[in-house]
Amino acid sequence: MAVRQHDIETDVPVDHSSAHAAGHGAHAEGQQHPIKLYLWIWLLLFVFSAFSYMVDYFQLQGALRWTLIIVFMLIKASFIVAIFMHMAWERLALKLAILVPPLALLILIALMAIEGDYTFLTRLASFVK
Amino acid sequence: MSHEPATLEPGFRGVTADWSADKQAFPVPWGKAMMWIFLLSDTFIFSCFLTSYMNVRMSTTDPWPNTAEVFALTVGGHHIPLLLIAIMTMVLITSSGTMAMAVNFGYRRDRKRTAQLMFATAALGLCFVGMQAFEWTKLIVDEGVRPWGNPLGAAQFGSSFFMITGFHGLHVTGGVIYLTVVAWRVLSGFYDRKGTYETVEVAGLYWHFVDLVWVFIFAFFYLW
Repeated sequence: MAVRQHDIETDVPVDHSSAHAAGHGAHAEGQQHPIKLYLWIWLLLFVFSAFSYMVDYFQLQGALRWTLIIVFMLIKASFIVAIFMHMAWERLALKLAILVPPLALLILIALMAIEGDYTFLTRLASFVK
Repeated sequence: MSHEPATLEPGFRGVTADWSADKQAFPVPWGKAMMWIFLLSDTFIFSCFLTSYMNVRMSTTDPWPNTAEVFALTVGGHHIPLLLIAIMTMVLITSSGTMAMAVNFGYRRDRKRTAQLMFATAALGLCFVGMQAFEWTKLIVDEGVRPWGNPLGAAQFGSSFFMITGFHGLHVTGGVIYLTVVAWRVLSGFYDRKGTYETVEVAGLYWHFVDLVWVFIFAFFYLW
């Protein structure tokens, strides 16, 4: 099978105990990326998780709070799907088949938000003194 | 070989060609395509849980319990909000990192390192489930949280919490078993005899998805 990305011979040894490239198999298959790439994404996931935690720790409130939470969440989700799950290197047909259907959920979320508001107002009007 | 990437057209012309030509639509191993389809269906399940959580949280007239306080830990006299959840998040991210590297060594057919990294991933997953068990015990025994009500605030908190984190924990538990079996087969040379390590990549997809779901649970349930 064709080596699609970086050739394994260009692998950069990094100073992580488990990350040294061992003997390369004679038949490398699938996608080849340097271990360094995964370590970077790992670090970035840590950093963005720490940022999300800080949002709560410093008790940011209101629009700023939920904007930051959602931005950090989407950044982390994109890294996981694109790099760890290798979606960035898949063909567009597979990307579209997997990433487009979840957009339908936005409609569900919108409908349930309207419904939730309605239930809340009904409860206020009818059951809460 | 089921495909030759070099001859496939890129972009939207490629999409048209992939979907309309008289051939396999997705030029990837079938196990990988099926895992993606399964994960898509799982996305809808978790989204339904999170959407129902949003709905009950919006519609309740009782105050929602303050998650920063509910999930706080006291370490050496210091009260640190959401500490346990932060540690659980770090553990799961780390397990995702080791899994990504396991897949990479799988591509190189490095039997030993692939197995080591997969066992490490499974161990971290087990660690995560252990902390979740601790968290559930604390909530059920010490705080008196039940699916039908709790002394902290809105009754819907318990049912949402147990349903969402329980289903996620079930996925992690299943993943630990799955990874252990695959890692064992890697170590025994099963995939060398089979001629392909693609099962490692498919298992990796599942494990990264578990991490992905946690990103959303962390944001919506714990931080919101």
